[in-house]
Amino acid sequence: MRERSAWITDAQSPDGCLKFPMNIWLVNHGRALRIALRRLIAAPLITLLSLLAIGVALALPAGGQMLLNNVQRLMGSTSATPQISVFMATDAGRGAATELGARLKKHPAVKQQRFLPREDTLQRMKANAGLREVIDVLPNNPFPDAFIVTAIDDQPATLDLLVEEFRQWPKVAHVQLDSAWARRLEALLRLGRNVVTLLGGLLATGLTAITFNIIRMQVLTHRAEIEVSQLLGATNGFICRPFLYFGALLGFAGGATAWLLIAAAAWWLRTPLDELLHLYEFTYSLQSLSLADAALLLGIATGLGWLGALLSLGQHLRHS
Amino acid sequence: MIRFDRVAKRYPPGIDALSALSFEMTAGDMLIVSGHSGAGKSTLIKLVAAIEKPTSGAVLVGGQNVGTLSRSALPFLRRRLGLVLQDQKLLFDRSVFENVMLPLSIIGFPPKEAMQRVRAALDKVGLAMREKALPIALSGGEQQRLAIARAVVSRPALLLADEPTAHLDAETAADVARIFHEFHRAGVTVLIATYDGHLFPDARTLRLDHGCSVA
Repeated sequence: MRERSAWITDAQSPDGCLKFPMNIWLVNHGRALRIALRRLIAAPLITLLSLLAIGVALALPAGGQMLLNNVQRLMGSTSATPQISVFMATDAGRGAATELGARLKKHPAVKQQRFLPREDTLQRMKANAGLREVIDVLPNNPFPDAFIVTAIDDQPATLDLLVEEFRQWPKVAHVQLDSAWARRLEALLRLGRNVVTLLGGLLATGLTAITFNIIRMQVLTHRAEIEVSQLLGATNGFICRPFLYFGALLGFAGGATAWLLIAAAAWWLRTPLDELLHLYEFTYSLQSLSLADAALLLGIATGLGWLGALLSLGQHLRHS
Repeated sequence: MIRFDRVAKRYPPGIDALSALSFEMTAGDMLIVSGHSGAGKSTLIKLVAAIEKPTSGAVLVGGQNVGTLSRSALPFLRRRLGLVLQDQKLLFDRSVFENVMLPLSIIGFPPKEAMQRVRAALDKVGLAMREKALPIALSGGEQQRLAIARAVVSRPALLLADEPTAHLDAETAADVARIFHEFHRAGVTVLIATYDGHLFPDARTLRLDHGCSVA
């Protein structure tokens, strides 16, 4: 009798859901996440292949970014600030050098100047075994006194004017703007960064397309369930949520796969690269992605997976 | 509870399923819609559940004109209905228990309480012992009862059923009819479209003939 009256009461106020508004959000999201995980695990081979496809697609730009970071770090010790080397005539004498030093100090366009006495240069060059033999046979110190000058304004045009001005000064034999290689490298890095961005953009579109297609297949597989849920009063949000979680999880796991691929490649290349760099007298160890870069990679991958799912649902649920 | 006001439904290319149909049922009523195959019974049920929209006229459910409801408002109408369709629409990859759980998941019922409700509904239709089975393992009558359990688990005020006793033997059909009678006695408004009108001898009957009401 009691049970029957309960049926009547609830039949007259059927909105059971309104009693628990606080929990609905959590319950719904927990349920959607569980369903998405179950679907990922239910087809392990397809999931694995999808993860590999996403992982490789993401590993290319992310790996490029890692290499660029390494090149930048490797060159970090070398200042890219343009420097002007002012070499004096070998017969100029110390007095002329002091005079030139004072003149440079007073010059309004000069930020910093450092004097390199010819004796020091000789000692430094003698430290190199190959050069010592050559130097020893020479009757005199072949190196001139020199100044390393940094300008306040490092625009190429200003620097060129400064170089021209220094050339006119007495007892100056040669003036050289020695930042050209650093600038070339910087330009090359900039180009590299643009290539990585372009590649990243293209492959991000690819990833979105992969997720779009996977979700399309999912929608087709679960068409009956979607139809029944709609008949039973499911909102679009309720129906879409497991698919969105599925897309986001796939993206996240794909990002993690890319990270693993990059870490493995870095580990694989580290020893041969160390050996190569050692031959060029560099001491450097290849670094994998930083924590921040890895977090960014995972975030972007998750976002793109979600976006692919969202676009696919917009396309395929509209017609159901 | 339900009011049809000169409702017509025309399917392309010009087939009239219902023509100027008017009737009314109050809360707690039990109405049997009978008629030959193609008389418009299923269309009537679909119009109440807003699966179809009327070509003209107004279908009012709980005072709301369901023909003009927006797409986003539909789920909230359907949550107030218990729907047993002719082809049942069971999910064959889910257990009996999970099938009945679905409407409660949709309205975000707390899982613990939902499980109790599902067991109560399965008990009500005599499927308490089969909760772990897959629908494919059930007989026709059991599948029908499962569809009913799913329709009533959220305790709706209005229960709609389209041919709930079709393809069932006489004994099973009587058993299913008894379940509907029980819900009616518990205060639920019940609207059944059926060919087996004799299974509900005490209920008011709306007889349809080629989409029109006949006395």
